[in-house]
Amino acid sequence: MSILVIAEHDNVQLNAATLNVVAAAAALGGDIHVLVAGAGARAVAEQAAQVQSVAKVLLADGPALANGLAENLSRQVLALAGDYGHILFAATASGKNVAPRVAARLDVAQVSDIIAVESPDTFVRPIYAGNAMATVQSVDPVKVITVRTTGFDPVAAQGGGAPIAEVEAVGDSGKSSFVGRALAKSDRPDLASASVVVSGGRGLGSAENFKILDALADKLGAALGASRAAVDAGYAPNDWQVGQTGKIVAPQLYVAVGISGAIQHLAGMKDSKVIVAINKDAEAPIFGVADYGLVADLFEAVPELVKAL
Amino acid sequence: MKVLVPVKRVVDYNVKVRVKSDQSGVDIANVKMSMNPFDEIAVEEATRLKEKGVVQEIVAVSCGVAQCQETLRTAMAIGADRGILVQTDVELQPLAVAKLLAALAAKEQPSLIILGKQAIDDDASQTGQMLAALLDWPQATNASKVELEGDRVQVTREVDGGLETLSLALPAVITTDLRLNEPRYVTLPNIMKAKKKTLDTFSPADLGVDAAPRLKTLKVSEPPARAAGVVVPDVATLVDKLKNEAKVV
Repeated sequence: MSILVIAEHDNVQLNAATLNVVAAAAALGGDIHVLVAGAGARAVAEQAAQVQSVAKVLLADGPALANGLAENLSRQVLALAGDYGHILFAATASGKNVAPRVAARLDVAQVSDIIAVESPDTFVRPIYAGNAMATVQSVDPVKVITVRTTGFDPVAAQGGGAPIAEVEAVGDSGKSSFVGRALAKSDRPDLASASVVVSGGRGLGSAENFKILDALADKLGAALGASRAAVDAGYAPNDWQVGQTGKIVAPQLYVAVGISGAIQHLAGMKDSKVIVAINKDAEAPIFGVADYGLVADLFEAVPELVKAL
Repeated sequence: MKVLVPVKRVVDYNVKVRVKSDQSGVDIANVKMSMNPFDEIAVEEATRLKEKGVVQEIVAVSCGVAQCQETLRTAMAIGADRGILVQTDVELQPLAVAKLLAALAAKEQPSLIILGKQAIDDDASQTGQMLAALLDWPQATNASKVELEGDRVQVTREVDGGLETLSLALPAVITTDLRLNEPRYVTLPNIMKAKKKTLDTFSPADLGVDAAPRLKTLKVSEPPARAAGVVVPDVATLVDKLKNEAKVV
Protein backbone atom coordinates (compact mmCIF):
# COMPACT_ATOMS: atom_id res chain seq x y z
CA MET A 1 0.00 0.00 0.00
CA SER A 2 1.04 3.59 -0.51
CA ILE A 3 2.45 5.90 2.13
CA LEU A 4 1.00 9.32 2.90
CA VAL A 5 3.39 12.00 4.16
CA ILE A 6 1.83 15.14 5.60
CA ALA A 7 3.86 18.13 4.44
CA GLU A 8 4.83 20.76 6.96
CA HIS A 9 4.72 24.32 5.62
CA ASP A 10 3.55 27.89 6.16
CA ASN A 11 1.62 28.13 2.84
CA VAL A 12 4.73 29.62 1.22
CA GLN A 13 7.67 27.39 1.99
CA LEU A 14 7.95 23.64 2.45
CA ASN A 15 9.57 23.01 5.84
CA ALA A 16 12.84 21.05 5.62
CA ALA A 17 11.51 18.56 8.20
CA THR A 18 9.34 17.10 5.43
CA LEU A 19 12.49 15.91 3.64
CA ASN A 20 13.44 13.79 6.66
CA VAL A 21 9.92 12.35 6.83
CA VAL A 22 10.07 11.41 3.14
CA ALA A 23 13.38 9.66 3.93
CA ALA A 24 11.62 7.63 6.64
CA ALA A 25 8.84 6.81 4.17
CA ALA A 26 11.44 5.64 1.65
CA ALA A 27 12.83 3.28 4.31
CA LEU A 28 9.36 1.70 4.59
CA GLY A 29 9.13 1.02 0.85
CA GLY A 30 6.09 1.84 -1.28
CA ASP A 31 4.71 4.73 -3.32
CA ILE A 32 5.13 7.98 -1.42
CA HIS A 33 2.38 10.57 -1.69
CA VAL A 34 2.74 13.97 -0.04
CA LEU A 35 -0.31 15.88 1.17
CA VAL A 36 -0.02 19.65 1.12
CA ALA A 37 -3.03 20.97 3.04
CA GLY A 38 -3.18 24.74 3.22
CA ALA A 39 -4.66 27.92 1.78
CA GLY A 40 -3.03 29.45 -1.27
CA ALA A 41 -0.38 26.78 -0.93
CA ARG A 42 0.22 25.81 -4.57
CA ALA A 43 3.82 27.03 -4.35
CA VAL A 44 4.39 24.52 -1.53
CA ALA A 45 2.89 21.72 -3.65
CA GLU A 46 5.27 22.66 -6.45
CA GLN A 47 8.22 22.45 -4.05
CA ALA A 48 6.97 19.09 -2.75
CA ALA A 49 6.73 17.81 -6.34
CA GLN A 50 10.46 18.44 -6.73
CA VAL A 51 11.38 16.36 -3.69
CA GLN A 52 13.16 13.12 -4.47
CA SER A 53 11.28 9.80 -4.03
CA VAL A 54 7.86 11.47 -4.10
CA ALA A 55 5.43 9.75 -6.51
CA LYS A 56 2.50 12.13 -6.19
CA VAL A 57 1.54 15.37 -4.47
CA LEU A 58 -1.99 15.92 -3.23
CA LEU A 59 -3.00 19.55 -2.83
CA ALA A 60 -5.95 20.36 -0.57
CA ASP A 61 -6.40 24.09 -0.76
CA GLY A 62 -9.10 25.88 1.22
CA PRO A 63 -9.61 28.60 3.84
CA ALA A 64 -10.19 26.12 6.70
CA LEU A 65 -6.66 24.83 6.19
CA ALA A 66 -4.93 28.22 6.32
CA ASN A 67 -3.55 27.93 9.83
CA GLY A 68 -3.09 24.24 10.40
CA LEU A 69 -5.91 23.95 12.96
CA ALA A 70 -5.79 20.39 14.30
CA GLU A 71 -9.55 19.87 13.98
CA ASN A 72 -9.56 20.72 10.27
CA LEU A 73 -6.21 19.29 9.26
CA SER A 74 -6.98 15.94 10.92
CA ARG A 75 -10.29 15.74 9.06
CA GLN A 76 -8.49 16.47 5.80
CA VAL A 77 -6.08 13.60 6.44
CA LEU A 78 -8.93 11.28 7.47
CA ALA A 79 -10.78 12.11 4.23
CA LEU A 80 -7.84 10.58 2.33
CA ALA A 81 -6.67 7.95 4.84
CA GLY A 82 -8.53 5.00 3.28
CA ASP A 83 -5.96 4.64 0.53
CA TYR A 84 -2.92 4.32 2.76
CA GLY A 85 -1.17 1.79 4.96
CA HIS A 86 1.14 4.34 6.58
CA ILE A 87 0.49 7.98 7.46
CA LEU A 88 3.60 9.93 8.45
CA PHE A 89 4.01 13.28 10.15
CA ALA A 90 7.14 15.10 11.31
CA ALA A 91 7.47 15.01 15.10
CA THR A 92 7.25 18.81 15.21
CA ALA A 93 4.80 21.00 17.12
CA SER A 94 2.38 20.72 14.20
CA GLY A 95 2.80 17.00 13.53
CA LYS A 96 2.46 16.07 17.20
CA ASN A 97 -0.66 18.21 17.40
CA VAL A 98 -2.50 16.53 14.53
CA ALA A 99 -1.29 12.91 14.22
CA PRO A 100 -2.95 11.55 17.40
CA ARG A 101 -6.33 12.92 16.27
CA VAL A 102 -5.96 10.97 13.03
CA ALA A 103 -4.89 7.79 14.84
CA ALA A 104 -7.71 7.96 17.39
CA ARG A 105 -10.39 8.42 14.72
CA LEU A 106 -8.96 5.46 12.80
CA ASP A 107 -8.91 3.51 16.08
CA VAL A 108 -5.23 2.66 15.67
CA ALA A 109 -2.21 3.17 17.89
CA GLN A 110 0.22 5.92 17.00
CA VAL A 111 3.95 5.34 17.00
CA SER A 112 5.59 8.57 18.18
CA ASP A 113 9.01 9.93 17.37
CA ILE A 114 10.50 7.01 15.45
CA ILE A 115 14.26 7.16 14.84
CA ALA A 116 14.59 3.96 12.78
CA VAL A 117 12.51 1.65 10.61
CA GLU A 118 13.18 -2.06 11.24
CA SER A 119 10.42 -3.28 8.92
CA PRO A 120 7.14 -1.83 7.63
CA ASP A 121 5.47 -2.60 10.98
CA THR A 122 8.41 -2.39 13.42
CA PHE A 123 10.07 0.81 14.56
CA VAL A 124 12.60 2.07 17.10
CA ARG A 125 11.68 4.99 19.33
CA PRO A 126 13.33 6.57 22.37
CA ILE A 127 11.56 6.45 25.74
CA TYR A 128 12.46 7.93 29.14
CA ALA A 129 14.18 10.95 27.62
CA GLY A 130 16.28 8.73 25.37
CA ASN A 131 17.62 6.64 28.26
CA ALA A 132 16.13 3.58 26.61
CA MET A 133 15.29 2.60 23.05
CA ALA A 134 12.06 0.66 22.50
CA THR A 135 11.53 -1.51 19.44
CA VAL A 136 7.78 -1.61 18.90
CA GLN A 137 5.55 -3.44 16.46
CA SER A 138 2.19 -2.15 15.29
CA VAL A 139 -0.30 -4.78 14.17
CA ASP A 140 -2.98 -2.20 13.36
CA PRO A 141 -4.07 -2.01 9.71
CA VAL A 142 -2.87 1.59 9.38
CA LYS A 143 0.33 2.86 10.94
CA VAL A 144 0.14 6.48 12.07
CA ILE A 145 3.67 7.64 12.79
CA THR A 146 5.53 10.78 13.80
CA VAL A 147 9.13 10.87 12.64
CA ARG A 148 11.97 12.34 14.66
CA THR A 149 13.73 14.30 11.94
CA THR A 150 17.22 13.81 13.40
CA GLY A 151 16.83 10.04 12.93
CA PHE A 152 16.73 10.19 9.13
CA ASP A 153 19.01 11.99 6.69
CA PRO A 154 16.90 14.23 4.44
CA VAL A 155 16.20 13.28 0.83
CA ALA A 156 17.16 15.83 -1.83
CA ALA A 157 14.77 18.76 -2.18
CA GLN A 158 15.35 18.83 -5.94
CA GLY A 159 15.40 16.35 -8.75
CA GLY A 160 11.96 14.82 -8.43
CA GLY A 161 9.07 15.46 -10.78
CA ALA A 162 5.88 14.25 -9.19
CA PRO A 163 2.45 15.19 -10.59
CA ILE A 164 0.22 17.41 -8.45
CA ALA A 165 -3.39 16.31 -7.98
CA GLU A 166 -5.95 18.58 -6.40
CA VAL A 167 -8.22 17.04 -3.80
CA GLU A 168 -11.32 18.52 -2.20
CA ALA A 169 -10.50 20.62 0.86
CA VAL A 170 -12.55 20.08 4.02
CA GLY A 171 -14.69 22.85 5.50
CA ASP A 172 -14.25 24.41 8.92
CA SER A 173 -15.16 22.39 12.01
CA GLY A 174 -16.68 25.51 13.58
CA LYS A 175 -15.15 24.53 16.94
CA SER A 176 -11.87 26.37 16.90
CA SER A 177 -10.58 29.55 15.38
CA PHE A 178 -7.18 31.06 14.81
CA VAL A 179 -6.57 34.32 16.68
CA GLY A 180 -2.95 35.18 16.02
CA ARG A 181 0.64 34.15 15.86
CA ALA A 182 3.73 35.76 17.35
CA LEU A 183 6.76 34.17 15.78
CA ALA A 184 10.17 35.32 16.85
CA LYS A 185 11.91 37.11 14.03
CA SER A 186 15.50 36.09 13.73
CA ASP A 187 18.23 36.17 11.11
CA ARG A 188 19.72 33.08 12.69
CA PRO A 189 19.18 29.59 11.27
CA ASP A 190 16.24 27.50 12.46
CA LEU A 191 17.19 25.69 15.68
CA ALA A 192 15.82 22.29 14.62
CA SER A 193 17.82 22.15 11.39
CA ALA A 194 20.86 24.36 12.10
CA SER A 195 24.30 22.85 11.48
CA VAL A 196 25.74 24.69 14.50
CA VAL A 197 23.91 25.34 17.78
CA VAL A 198 25.12 27.45 20.69
CA SER A 199 23.11 26.74 23.85
CA GLY A 200 23.14 28.43 27.23
CA GLY A 201 22.16 27.13 30.63
CA ARG A 202 21.56 28.36 34.14
CA GLY A 203 25.25 29.21 34.40
CA LEU A 204 24.54 32.34 32.35
CA GLY A 205 22.82 33.77 35.40
CA SER A 206 20.38 36.19 33.72
CA ALA A 207 18.61 37.08 30.48
CA GLU A 208 21.00 40.02 30.18
CA ASN A 209 24.06 37.75 30.45
CA PHE A 210 22.56 35.39 27.84
CA LYS A 211 23.45 38.02 25.23
CA ILE A 212 27.10 37.04 25.64
CA LEU A 213 26.22 34.08 23.39
CA ASP A 214 25.12 36.34 20.50
CA ALA A 215 28.65 37.12 19.35
CA LEU A 216 29.62 33.44 19.46
CA ALA A 217 26.51 32.43 17.51
CA ASP A 218 27.22 35.20 14.97
CA LYS A 219 30.75 33.98 14.50
CA LEU A 220 29.69 30.35 14.04
CA GLY A 221 26.53 31.08 12.05
CA ALA A 222 24.73 29.18 14.77
CA ALA A 223 21.18 28.93 16.06
CA LEU A 224 20.70 29.73 19.73
CA GLY A 225 19.35 27.17 22.16
CA ALA A 226 18.83 26.86 25.90
CA SER A 227 18.46 24.28 28.62
CA ARG A 228 15.13 23.85 30.38
CA ALA A 229 16.68 25.35 33.51
CA ALA A 230 17.52 28.53 31.59
CA VAL A 231 14.01 28.68 30.11
CA ASP A 232 12.48 28.03 33.54
CA ALA A 233 14.53 30.87 34.98
CA GLY A 234 13.32 33.21 32.23
CA TYR A 235 16.74 33.69 30.63
CA ALA A 236 15.60 32.46 27.21
CA PRO A 237 12.33 31.94 25.32
CA ASN A 238 10.70 28.49 25.44
CA ASP A 239 11.08 27.87 21.71
CA TRP A 240 14.84 27.78 22.28
CA GLN A 241 14.48 24.85 24.65
CA VAL A 242 16.57 21.82 23.72
CA GLY A 243 15.73 18.56 25.49
CA GLN A 244 13.15 15.91 26.26
CA THR A 245 10.28 18.38 26.36
CA GLY A 246 11.71 20.87 23.89
CA LYS A 247 13.45 20.46 20.56
CA ILE A 248 15.62 17.53 19.57
CA VAL A 249 18.67 18.67 17.63
CA ALA A 250 21.61 16.90 16.03
CA PRO A 251 23.86 19.59 14.50
CA GLN A 252 27.44 19.15 13.28
CA LEU A 253 28.59 21.22 16.25
CA TYR A 254 26.80 21.79 19.55
CA VAL A 255 28.34 24.23 22.01
CA ALA A 256 26.90 23.93 25.53
CA VAL A 257 27.73 26.96 27.65
CA GLY A 258 26.99 26.98 31.37
CA ILE A 259 24.85 23.84 31.01
CA SER A 260 25.27 21.17 33.67
CA GLY A 261 23.80 18.41 31.49
CA ALA A 262 20.65 17.05 33.13
CA ILE A 263 19.44 13.85 31.44
CA GLN A 264 16.46 15.78 30.08
CA HIS A 265 18.83 18.15 28.26
CA LEU A 266 21.14 15.39 27.01
CA ALA A 267 18.06 13.74 25.47
CA GLY A 268 17.80 16.67 23.08
CA MET A 269 21.38 17.00 21.88
CA LYS A 270 23.48 13.90 22.44
CA ASP A 271 23.22 12.83 18.79
CA SER A 272 25.12 15.96 17.75
CA LYS A 273 28.26 15.15 15.76
CA VAL A 274 30.67 17.19 17.88
CA ILE A 275 29.81 18.48 21.35
CA VAL A 276 31.75 21.22 23.12
CA ALA A 277 31.06 21.99 26.78
CA ILE A 278 32.18 25.06 28.66
CA ASN A 279 31.44 24.93 32.36
CA LYS A 280 33.31 25.95 35.49
CA ASP A 281 32.19 22.81 37.34
CA ALA A 282 34.55 20.00 36.32
CA GLU A 283 32.09 17.45 37.73
CA ALA A 284 29.18 18.59 35.52
CA PRO A 285 27.58 15.62 33.69
CA ILE A 286 27.78 17.51 30.39
CA PHE A 287 31.48 16.61 30.26
CA GLY A 288 30.43 12.96 30.08
CA VAL A 289 29.02 13.46 26.57
CA ALA A 290 31.29 16.27 25.35
CA ASP A 291 33.98 15.59 22.75
CA TYR A 292 35.82 18.67 23.97
CA GLY A 293 35.38 20.01 27.46
CA LEU A 294 36.72 23.29 28.77
CA VAL A 295 36.61 23.81 32.51
CA ALA A 296 36.50 27.59 32.72
CA ASP A 297 34.49 30.64 33.69
CA LEU A 298 32.22 31.11 30.69
CA PHE A 299 32.28 34.91 31.03
CA GLU A 300 35.99 34.80 30.26
CA ALA A 301 36.08 31.81 27.92
CA VAL A 302 33.26 32.84 25.57
CA PRO A 303 34.68 36.27 24.59
CA GLU A 304 38.10 34.68 24.24
CA LEU A 305 36.62 31.99 21.99
CA VAL A 306 34.90 34.61 19.84
CA LYS A 307 38.22 36.36 19.39
CA ALA A 308 40.11 33.16 18.58
CA LEU A 309 37.67 31.82 15.99
CA MET B 1 -18.04 24.84 35.40
CA LYS B 2 -16.48 21.44 35.94
CA VAL B 3 -12.91 20.59 34.95
CA LEU B 4 -11.51 17.09 34.52
CA VAL B 5 -7.78 16.71 35.12
CA PRO B 6 -6.17 13.40 34.14
CA VAL B 7 -2.92 12.68 36.03
CA LYS B 8 -0.34 9.98 35.35
CA ARG B 9 1.91 8.19 37.82
CA VAL B 10 5.40 8.05 36.32
CA VAL B 11 8.99 7.39 37.34
CA ASP B 12 10.21 10.54 39.10
CA TYR B 13 11.86 13.22 37.01
CA ASN B 14 15.20 12.81 38.81
CA VAL B 15 15.53 9.05 38.44
CA LYS B 16 17.75 7.69 35.70
CA VAL B 17 16.05 4.47 34.66
CA ARG B 18 17.90 1.25 33.89
CA VAL B 19 17.12 -1.11 31.08
CA LYS B 20 16.43 -4.66 32.31
CA SER B 21 19.09 -7.18 31.34
CA ASP B 22 16.54 -9.35 29.48
CA GLN B 23 15.56 -6.27 27.41
CA SER B 24 11.89 -6.67 28.36
CA GLY B 25 11.61 -3.08 29.56
CA VAL B 26 13.00 -0.64 32.11
CA ASP B 27 13.35 -1.58 35.74
CA ILE B 28 10.83 0.41 37.77
CA ALA B 29 10.80 -1.82 40.87
CA ASN B 30 11.72 0.17 43.99
CA VAL B 31 12.03 3.38 42.00
CA LYS B 32 10.53 6.65 43.22
CA MET B 33 7.26 7.42 41.46
CA SER B 34 5.66 10.86 41.14
CA MET B 35 2.96 12.71 39.28
CA ASN B 36 3.96 13.50 35.69
CA PRO B 37 5.29 17.10 35.95
CA PHE B 38 3.10 18.41 33.12
CA ASP B 39 0.02 16.94 34.83
CA GLU B 40 0.99 18.79 37.99
CA ILE B 41 0.90 22.00 35.95
CA ALA B 42 -2.58 20.94 34.75
CA VAL B 43 -3.87 20.46 38.32
CA GLU B 44 -2.37 23.81 39.31
CA GLU B 45 -4.04 25.58 36.37
CA ALA B 46 -7.44 24.07 37.21
CA THR B 47 -6.95 25.08 40.84
CA ARG B 48 -6.14 28.67 39.85
CA LEU B 49 -9.27 28.81 37.67
CA LYS B 50 -11.26 27.63 40.67
CA GLU B 51 -9.65 30.22 42.92
CA LYS B 52 -10.64 32.88 40.35
CA GLY B 53 -14.24 31.67 40.68
CA VAL B 54 -14.70 30.55 37.07
CA VAL B 55 -14.50 26.84 37.91
CA GLN B 56 -16.65 25.17 40.57
CA GLU B 57 -15.41 21.60 40.62
CA ILE B 58 -12.15 19.85 39.75
CA VAL B 59 -12.18 16.08 39.25
CA ALA B 60 -8.80 14.35 39.04
CA VAL B 61 -8.58 11.03 37.16
CA SER B 62 -5.79 8.51 37.02
CA CYS B 63 -5.67 5.26 35.04
CA GLY B 64 -3.43 2.38 36.09
CA VAL B 65 -2.37 0.31 39.08
CA ALA B 66 -3.77 0.69 42.62
CA GLN B 67 -0.84 2.93 43.66
CA CYS B 68 -2.17 5.65 41.31
CA GLN B 69 -4.31 6.52 44.34
CA GLU B 70 -1.23 8.28 45.74
CA THR B 71 -1.01 10.40 42.59
CA LEU B 72 -4.70 11.27 42.96
CA ARG B 73 -4.18 12.24 46.62
CA THR B 74 -1.40 14.60 45.50
CA ALA B 75 -3.78 16.13 42.93
CA MET B 76 -6.39 16.55 45.68
CA ALA B 77 -3.78 18.14 47.96
CA ILE B 78 -3.02 20.71 45.25
CA GLY B 79 -6.70 21.50 44.77
CA ALA B 80 -8.78 18.78 43.08
CA ASP B 81 -12.13 18.22 44.83
CA ARG B 82 -12.39 14.49 44.23
CA GLY B 83 -10.65 11.67 42.46
CA ILE B 84 -11.48 8.80 40.13
CA LEU B 85 -9.18 5.82 39.70
CA VAL B 86 -9.63 3.56 36.70
CA GLN B 87 -7.79 0.60 38.11
CA THR B 88 -6.10 -2.03 35.98
CA ASP B 89 -2.82 -3.92 35.93
CA VAL B 90 -2.86 -4.08 32.13
CA GLU B 91 -0.20 -1.98 30.36
CA LEU B 92 -2.09 1.14 29.30
CA GLN B 93 -1.19 2.82 26.03
CA PRO B 94 -2.33 6.33 25.02
CA LEU B 95 -5.28 5.19 22.86
CA ALA B 96 -6.66 3.07 25.72
CA VAL B 97 -6.25 5.92 28.22
CA ALA B 98 -7.96 8.31 25.80
CA LYS B 99 -10.90 5.87 25.52
CA LEU B 100 -11.16 5.52 29.30
CA LEU B 101 -11.08 9.30 29.72
CA ALA B 102 -13.65 9.77 26.94
CA ALA B 103 -15.98 7.36 28.76
CA LEU B 104 -15.51 9.29 32.00
CA ALA B 105 -16.07 12.61 30.20
CA ALA B 106 -19.39 11.26 28.93
CA LYS B 107 -20.33 10.46 32.55
CA GLU B 108 -19.00 13.61 34.19
CA GLN B 109 -19.79 16.14 31.44
CA PRO B 110 -16.92 18.55 32.15
CA SER B 111 -16.58 21.80 30.18
CA LEU B 112 -12.84 21.53 30.09
CA ILE B 113 -10.25 18.77 30.32
CA ILE B 114 -6.71 19.90 31.17
CA LEU B 115 -3.79 17.46 31.05
CA GLY B 116 -0.05 17.37 30.45
CA LYS B 117 1.34 17.72 26.92
CA GLN B 118 3.35 14.54 27.37
CA ALA B 119 4.27 12.00 30.02
CA ILE B 120 7.95 11.79 30.79
CA ASP B 121 8.04 7.98 30.70
CA ASP B 122 6.77 6.96 27.25
CA ASP B 123 7.21 10.49 25.81
CA ALA B 124 4.31 9.74 23.44
CA SER B 125 2.47 13.08 23.54
CA GLN B 126 -0.76 11.57 22.26
CA THR B 127 -3.40 11.22 24.98
CA GLY B 128 -4.85 14.75 25.00
CA GLN B 129 -5.18 14.95 21.23
CA MET B 130 -6.66 11.43 21.01
CA LEU B 131 -9.16 12.27 23.73
CA ALA B 132 -10.21 15.45 21.92
CA ALA B 133 -10.64 13.49 18.68
CA LEU B 134 -12.72 10.72 20.31
CA LEU B 135 -15.00 13.31 21.93
CA ASP B 136 -14.98 15.43 18.74
CA TRP B 137 -13.93 18.43 20.85
CA PRO B 138 -11.48 21.14 19.84
CA GLN B 139 -7.99 21.11 21.36
CA ALA B 140 -5.15 23.42 22.25
CA THR B 141 -1.88 21.62 22.96
CA ASN B 142 1.25 23.04 24.64
CA ALA B 143 -0.66 25.83 26.39
CA SER B 144 1.26 28.70 27.98
CA LYS B 145 -1.82 30.85 28.76
CA VAL B 146 -5.48 29.95 29.32
CA GLU B 147 -8.29 32.51 29.50
CA LEU B 148 -11.93 31.50 29.88
CA GLU B 149 -14.37 33.85 28.18
CA GLY B 150 -18.02 32.76 28.51
CA ASP B 151 -18.57 29.67 26.39
CA ARG B 152 -15.13 29.87 24.80
CA VAL B 153 -11.55 29.56 25.94
CA GLN B 154 -8.64 31.47 24.47
CA VAL B 155 -5.35 29.60 24.64
CA THR B 156 -1.84 30.72 23.78
CA ARG B 157 0.27 27.78 22.61
CA GLU B 158 4.00 27.18 22.40
CA VAL B 159 4.77 26.26 18.77
CA ASP B 160 8.01 25.93 16.81
CA GLY B 161 9.42 29.41 16.51
CA GLY B 162 7.09 31.25 18.88
CA LEU B 163 3.50 31.46 20.09
CA GLU B 164 0.10 30.94 18.54
CA THR B 165 -3.29 31.91 19.98
CA LEU B 166 -6.49 29.95 19.38
CA SER B 167 -10.07 30.41 20.47
CA LEU B 168 -11.97 27.19 21.21
CA ALA B 169 -15.66 26.54 21.76
CA LEU B 170 -16.25 24.71 25.05
CA PRO B 171 -16.13 21.87 25.86
CA ALA B 172 -12.47 21.58 24.92
CA VAL B 173 -9.22 19.77 25.71
CA ILE B 174 -6.09 21.69 26.73
CA THR B 175 -2.61 20.24 27.21
CA THR B 176 -0.10 22.11 29.34
CA ASP B 177 3.39 23.33 28.58
CA LEU B 178 6.16 24.29 30.96
CA ARG B 179 5.51 27.99 31.30
CA LEU B 180 1.76 27.87 31.95
CA ASN B 181 2.35 28.15 35.69
CA GLU B 182 4.58 27.02 38.51
CA PRO B 183 2.81 24.43 40.65
CA ARG B 184 2.53 25.27 44.34
CA TYR B 185 4.19 23.26 47.07
CA VAL B 186 1.78 20.87 48.70
CA THR B 187 1.35 21.69 52.40
CA LEU B 188 0.86 19.17 55.18
CA PRO B 189 -2.63 20.44 56.14
CA ASN B 190 -3.70 20.07 52.50
CA ILE B 191 -2.28 16.55 52.36
CA MET B 192 -4.36 15.71 55.45
CA LYS B 193 -7.48 17.28 53.91
CA ALA B 194 -6.90 15.37 50.68
CA LYS B 195 -7.10 12.08 52.56
CA LYS B 196 -10.73 12.81 53.40
CA LYS B 197 -11.79 13.64 49.86
CA THR B 198 -13.86 11.15 47.81
CA LEU B 199 -12.03 8.69 45.61
CA ASP B 200 -14.12 6.42 43.38
CA THR B 201 -12.73 3.38 41.62
CA PHE B 202 -13.82 1.85 38.32
CA SER B 203 -12.45 -0.87 36.09
CA PRO B 204 -12.06 -0.45 32.32
CA ALA B 205 -14.91 -2.98 31.96
CA ASP B 206 -17.18 -0.76 34.11
CA LEU B 207 -16.62 1.95 31.50
CA GLY B 208 -17.10 -0.47 28.59
CA VAL B 209 -13.57 0.06 27.29
CA ASP B 210 -11.21 -2.56 25.86
CA ALA B 211 -7.90 -1.30 27.25
CA ALA B 212 -5.67 -4.00 25.75
CA PRO B 213 -2.39 -2.66 24.34
CA ARG B 214 -2.13 -2.27 20.57
CA LEU B 215 1.59 -1.81 20.18
CA LYS B 216 3.81 -4.74 20.99
CA THR B 217 7.13 -3.89 22.60
CA LEU B 218 9.60 -6.36 21.12
CA LYS B 219 12.58 -5.17 23.12
CA VAL B 220 13.96 -2.28 25.10
CA SER B 221 17.68 -1.63 24.82
CA GLU B 222 20.31 0.79 26.05
CA PRO B 223 20.93 3.76 23.79
CA PRO B 224 24.31 3.73 22.04
CA ALA B 225 26.88 5.26 24.40
CA ARG B 226 28.91 8.26 23.34
CA ALA B 227 32.66 7.78 23.41
CA ALA B 228 34.36 9.80 26.13
CA GLY B 229 35.92 13.05 25.01
CA VAL B 230 38.85 15.07 26.24
CA VAL B 231 39.17 18.06 28.51
CA VAL B 232 41.20 20.80 26.85
CA PRO B 233 43.37 23.16 28.93
CA ASP B 234 42.47 26.45 27.24
CA VAL B 235 40.52 28.24 24.52
CA ALA B 236 43.44 28.14 22.07
CA THR B 237 43.61 24.34 22.25
CA LEU B 238 39.84 24.12 21.86
CA VAL B 239 39.91 26.21 18.70
CA ASP B 240 42.81 24.18 17.35
CA LYS B 241 40.96 20.90 17.96
CA LEU B 242 37.75 22.21 16.37
CA LYS B 243 39.63 23.41 13.30
CA ASN B 244 42.15 20.63 12.76
CA GLU B 245 40.80 17.52 14.49
CA ALA B 246 37.01 17.74 14.32
CA LYS B 247 37.09 20.08 11.30
CA VAL B 248 33.76 21.64 12.21
CA VAL B 249 34.73 25.32 12.12
